[in-house]
Amino acid sequence: MISSETKKTFRLDGKEIPFREGQTVFDAAMAAGVYIPHLCHNPDFEPHSSCRLCTVIVNGRPFASCTQPAVAGQDVKSDTPELNEMRRTLTEMLFAEGNHYCPACEKSGNCRLQATAYALGLQDNQFPQFFPRREVDSSHPDIIFDRDRCILCGLCLRISRDVDKKSVFAMTDRGIGTTIVVDSPSGLLADSKVARTDEAVQHCPVGALMMKGEAYMVPIGRRRYDLRPINEDSVAEFQAREEALHG
Amino acid sequence: MTRLLETAAHPRSLRRVAIEPITRVEGHGKVTLLLDEQNRVHQARLHIVEFRGFEKFIQGRPYWEVPVLVQRLCGICPVSHHLAAGKAVDMLVGVRQLTPTAEKLRRLLHKGQMLQSHALHFFHLASPDLLFGFDSEVERRNIIGVIGEHTDLAVHGVMLRKFGQQVIKAVAGKRIHGTACIPGGMNKALTVEERDTLRRETTQMIRWSQEAVRLCRDVLEKSEHAPIFGVFPSNFLSLVRANGMLDFYDGGLRARDAQGATIFDHVDCTRYNRYIHEEVKSWSYMKFPFIINLGDEEGWYRVGPLARLNNCDGLDTVFAEHERQVFREAAGGGMQHATLAYHWARMIEMLHAAEGIERLLDDPDILGTDLVTRGEPALEGVGVIEAPRGTLFHHYKVDENDMIVRANLIVSTTNNNQAMNEAVRNVAATYLDGNKLTEGLLNHIEVAVRAYDPCLSCATHALGKMPLVVELVDAEGTVVDKMVKDARD
Ligand code: SF4
Ligand code: FES
Repeated sequence: MISSETKKTFRLDGKEIPFREGQTVFDAAMAAGVYIPHLCHNPDFEPHSSCRLCTVIVNGRPFASCTQPAVAGQDVKSDTPELNEMRRTLTEMLFAEGNHYCPACEKSGNCRLQATAYALGLQDNQFPQFFPRREVDSSHPDIIFDRDRCILCGLCLRISRDVDKKSVFAMTDRGIGTTIVVDSPSGLLADSKVARTDEAVQHCPVGALMMKGEAYMVPIGRRRYDLRPINEDSVAEFQAREEALHG
Repeated sequence: MTRLLETAAHPRSLRRVAIEPITRVEGHGKVTLLLDEQNRVHQARLHIVEFRGFEKFIQGRPYWEVPVLVQRLCGICPVSHHLAAGKAVDMLVGVRQLTPTAEKLRRLLHKGQMLQSHALHFFHLASPDLLFGFDSEVERRNIIGVIGEHTDLAVHGVMLRKFGQQVIKAVAGKRIHGTACIPGGMNKALTVEERDTLRRETTQMIRWSQEAVRLCRDVLEKSEHAPIFGVFPSNFLSLVRANGMLDFYDGGLRARDAQGATIFDHVDCTRYNRYIHEEVKSWSYMKFPFIINLGDEEGWYRVGPLARLNNCDGLDTVFAEHERQVFREAAGGGMQHATLAYHWARMIEMLHAAEGIERLLDDPDILGTDLVTRGEPALEGVGVIEAPRGTLFHHYKVDENDMIVRANLIVSTTNNNQAMNEAVRNVAATYLDGNKLTEGLLNHIEVAVRAYDPCLSCATHALGKMPLVVELVDAEGTVVDKMVKDARD
């Protein structure tokens, strides 16, 4: 697990967490089996701290744990009523801002937004629904892009730029008007360089960017977060990844 | 004669009575009666608030979402919409014939749905009226009353419904709102364990269903109402197989007239709109379908259990077929026209579903794992099934990017719209005309509607949680009297 060179630790909710040089608070916590709720971060790709769900209090000040370097001796709080309340509020805002009809959504059971809401104990939404009507791009034979479900995590954008080296996706406009646009003459996926095999289209945490022809193939009850809640699933996945990378 | 009551000659001088909403009917239904000073009925109408917005709502959504989305249309029979949309979507992916296992799983799912819906309809919603009398004390006339005085019967009703739901859960993964049907097939095979668990129950379910048929028949035979209550001639529409036998899941459209003569037969469902049109009436949100070549005056028809048993040439399960013959003989071999005969037909179908479930569970194909097939995609798909309350049409058009551009649904309730209005007018003329209105008398109207459909708006409501509000309103719309009752079931 953690090799002998990593003797340094910090305190997370009163527990000593060992870390390697250069590790973030998030990575060290997950490696030690402590779940920190998160949406925009996927440990396989560069973090960019936009959703703020992973916020923790470090020595009295809030930071996004997915980008915050771990420092020996620091005092970190994560599982507190105040932080969890803030995470719930952020999640509620994401639900209100898009059209997330879980009962009919093909991503249900595999969706990180839905699973995170369950993990946070979200019961209801205090905010009024926006009911946006943004354009659905179904022009591509293999891929469908439903912007009303996009939570602007930026993963597709980062992966297309950094891994596929295509920069198919970009964010445009500001604030509440922010959307993901596609780099092509018509603005449609069909005219872009995106391909079925691109990494960028495999990691959308919600049901925004999806493959055609795969909907509902896995019955309800057998989907990822039906089998294991996201707090257990992400920790297990993270630890397996650590094991593979660092032995 | 009762058609005369559809529109009164001088409505402004009349009193208006609204029964709204109808108890033990899911969704929003409202009956208005226009009465004069002597309580003579001049006009009787059933208004149904149907959720037509749905067809708009799914425009611009990918077609594969539709079978899942449409389940939200109805709180009692989501599986019916799931199956009808599933069949339409099969056509969109070019599939007219599923794998044997997929087709049998769908049929099993459908029979589970038929069983649970018919059990709910009869035991929970209709039996209080039939057992205690239409104008018996309102405190007693509900499922709690049935549990108190006919405990075994009530328990059988609950268990039959539960079994139907278990069948649904085994096939679809969930008791309600599963996602079993996917384009060109099914997403889940049945395990040996699931099959065996269900199979252990079928003998008992068949026996209880037989008892329910007998009970229903006895009650109707003894009933003073049955021969006169909502009895009127009509055409009938349903699906039949190529050999004329009843089929809930697939087949051609057959229409017969009041004497049993064929109007059309074995019509390919994809051509339904060459045979049926929908008329709009200014006073109702719900359309009135009719058989085109008979016209809107003569062409309306009934669907559902009564229509299916009147139309088909037989049932392919032994006990239910025997009961069907008794049913037909009771009408001298001709067509049954009594509104209350719906319940009898419903129980025969419940028995047929129970027997059919047993047969499907004994079929080795049901455990197969070859679940999905594909063909040449098409831009238009039609799916028609016999839902518990009658023929259900789903029709979709998509663009070349797989998005829905047009949808048309004719739900069972819409198909029975004219028939239910007919029944309301008939009962109003027979029972209410000239009498002082009481809760019991008004309940006669509800009994008529409930025989057809406890599911008026295809909208979801908590069962039995609806109060009944009866308002006596004068022609200017002023409330002059009001009656309120709580639904207790
Ligand atoms: S489409 Fe998906 S991956 Fe891309 S920004 Fe939106 S939510 Fe994130
Ligand atoms: S996961 Fe860290 S900010 Fe989103």
